[in-house]
Amino acid sequence: MIGLAHYLTVAAILFVIGVLGIFLNRRNVILMLMCIELLLLAVNINLVAFSAYLGDLKGQVFAMFVLTVAAAEAAIGLAIMVIFFRRRGTIAIDAADQMRG
Amino acid sequence: MIALLAFYLFATLTIASAVLVIFARNPVHSVLWLILGFFNAAGLMLLTGAEFIAMLLVIVYVGAVAVLFLFVVMMLDIDFSQLRSGFNRNLPFGLLIALVLLSEIVIAISAYSAGPAFAHASGAPPANALPNIEALGAMLYGQYLLPFELAGLILLVAMIGAIVLTHRSRGDARPQKVARQIRRRPEDAVKMAKPAVGEGVSL
Repeated sequence: MIGLAHYLTVAAILFVIGVLGIFLNRRNVILMLMCIELLLLAVNINLVAFSAYLGDLKGQVFAMFVLTVAAAEAAIGLAIMVIFFRRRGTIAIDAADQMRG
Repeated sequence: MIALLAFYLFATLTIASAVLVIFARNPVHSVLWLILGFFNAAGLMLLTGAEFIAMLLVIVYVGAVAVLFLFVVMMLDIDFSQLRSGFNRNLPFGLLIALVLLSEIVIAISAYSAGPAFAHASGAPPANALPNIEALGAMLYGQYLLPFELAGLILLVAMIGAIVLTHRSRGDARPQKVARQIRRRPEDAVKMAKPAVGEGVSL
C-alpha cells in the first residue's frame, strides 16, 4: 500500500538531486534554473501528498501558488539570462562579477 | 496492486530523469529529461487524487516552462563544454552537501513517524464528495480569492518584466508614425491636374 512516506521519500530524493545539481553545475545558469524547478517540484509533491493524507484541499491550493511563482521565476530568470548573454557573450556565472559580490 | 505498480514506475522515472537532468552533457537533453520528469511527477500526483494539479503540471510545466527553456537553450549560441569545466572540481563538495541534506531528511521523517509530536488529523476524506476540480475551484474563488488574484498579478508582472528586459529597439526599425498619418490632409498629398490633349503632365 502506498503511504505518505513513499511520497515524502520521492520528494526528498528529488530535492536532494536539485541541490546537488546546483552545486555541480555552478557555471551554467540554465541548468541552475532547471534545478530550481526540480526543487519546487519536490515541494509541490510534498504539498500534494500531505493534502491527500490529511484530506484537506489547502495543500493543493498552495501547490498551485508555488506553481505560479515557479513559472514567473523561470520567465524572469531566463529573461535576465538572455540580456546577460547579449552583453557578455557567455552565461558562465563567474562572468557576473561586476558588482564584486 | 496496479496503483502500487504505477507509483513505483512514476517514482523511478521521475528520479531517474531528475538525475539525467543534472548529468546530461547536452543542455537540450537536460530540458527533455526535465519534461519527462515533470510528466511522471504529474502521474504521481494523479495517484493521490489531485487531478487538477497534475493537469496543471502538464500544461504549465511541459507546455510552457519547458518549452521556454528549450527556446532559450537553442536560441543562445553557447559553448557548453566550456561551462562544464568546474563539474569534476565541484563533485565531491556537491556530493557532501547532498549527503548531509539527505540524511537530515531521513532523520526528520523517521523521527516524525516514530512518535507523534502532535496529534495529526485523521486521514479522513473531505466531507463533501465534490470532484477535485470543483472543490478546488470553490476554494480558490472563495476563501483564497485574494491570494489567487495576487498570483495573477505576479504572473502579469513577470510577463511585463520579461518583455521589458528582453526588448531592444533596433536602429533601423521603421515604426508607424501615427500622429503624422493623422495630420496628413488630402490637399497636401493630392494635386489635381487637367492636362490638354497630347501634352501630358509635368509633376
